[in-house]
Amino acid sequence: MTLFAGHGLACRRGERLVFAGLSFRVAAGDVLLLRGPNGSGKSSLLRCMAGLLAPVAGAQTWDERPIALDPEAHRGRLRYVGHQDAVKPALTVLENLALWQQLHGVSDSAALRRALTALGLDPLAELPARLLSAGQRRRVALARLLATPAPLWLLDEPTTALDDEGVGRFARMAGDHRAGGGLVVLSSHGDPGVHGEVLALADFAPPREAAA
Amino acid sequence: MTPFLAVVRRDLQLALRQGSDAALVLIFYLLAVLLFPFGVGPEPNLLARISTGVLWVTALLAALLAIERLFVSEYEDGSLDQLALLPLPLSLVVLAKVLAHWLLTGLPLTLLAPFLAIALGMDESGYPVLVLALALGTPTLSLIGALGAALTVGARRGGALLALLVLPLYIPALIFGVAAVDASLTGLASLPHLAILAALLLAAIPLCPWATAAALRQALE
Repeated sequence: MTLFAGHGLACRRGERLVFAGLSFRVAAGDVLLLRGPNGSGKSSLLRCMAGLLAPVAGAQTWDERPIALDPEAHRGRLRYVGHQDAVKPALTVLENLALWQQLHGVSDSAALRRALTALGLDPLAELPARLLSAGQRRRVALARLLATPAPLWLLDEPTTALDDEGVGRFARMAGDHRAGGGLVVLSSHGDPGVHGEVLALADFAPPREAAA
Repeated sequence: MTPFLAVVRRDLQLALRQGSDAALVLIFYLLAVLLFPFGVGPEPNLLARISTGVLWVTALLAALLAIERLFVSEYEDGSLDQLALLPLPLSLVVLAKVLAHWLLTGLPLTLLAPFLAIALGMDESGYPVLVLALALGTPTLSLIGALGAALTVGARRGGALLALLVLPLYIPALIFGVAAVDASLTGLASLPHLAILAALLLAAIPLCPWATAAALRQALE
């Protein structure tokens, strides 16, 4: 059974230690919900999990194997959606998604269609992305998760800018991903429509003197 | 299609769709070279004598102008995160982006050079080596420029900083590029100079993308 775990993680941004001694476990079909006030390190933790940010202490494992041993394999099994949507304004919605499929070496036009439908993007498929609203761009970013399937989703406030209908669609796709044995780690301030184990980042804030 | 070629194709597609900076770079090259006859006067002997240097220095400035934006829009819209998470090593992503960039700027620049050489009155015996030297030199300029672009990606006024960082590193390519063309114009062997340009390129192909990837990872942290 797939297990993604971290032990004793600490992360530094500039001179400031944002969290320390943080451990987590996510198994296949699990959702880990990161909660905490602004600046408590939710985004930093997600970037650590993605390997974009190196933790100053601690280790992460995938099925008991340290991910640092094979970062390329780790990159292959995760998809990350950050604050920015990485949507190219000059290309259409369909081209944007097809592009990421090509970059990931996926050629599955059925998955592309499913991704468009799941996020309600069918009517917008041929529209240049520069004409999209913030919420529509966010849907395109989320559709990338379905167009290029991978077991681990790392989502940084995925429901920002989404309307209620969009949140519902997101909740359905996250539910399907869990049911298929996927792992979801997401941060959110509001109600993202999915429920799971909560990790409160405030519990791992370093003591004040360490931060100074 | 391999992910490497997919990155090249993506950058070409984006550039062509956006009516990119590539055309601007060529127009800059054309105009900058054509300013010299106005600046130094239309005396043919003088123009012919400085033509090699003019063509190389303006090519170098045009290359610098073009490379500045290589990572900026990727960084700003979050695509750089996604590119860093591709199964492809980041250094190869960089190499693919530089290749696409060279195809859009360095290659047209190289092909345009002999026509500008006519305008400057360069002796026609120098044209083949001019094209060859630029074909070997401009990829090196793009590779070095990419490193500078990666180091300045998050900085304000990155453009000026980039020029300060990169122009000194362009000097070796400039020296041997000009020397190769001058050698052929004076009837000497240009092969040693071309060989050194090729050696510079061969050193830059593995080293620059590696250092550029490290600089980008720093920018992403």
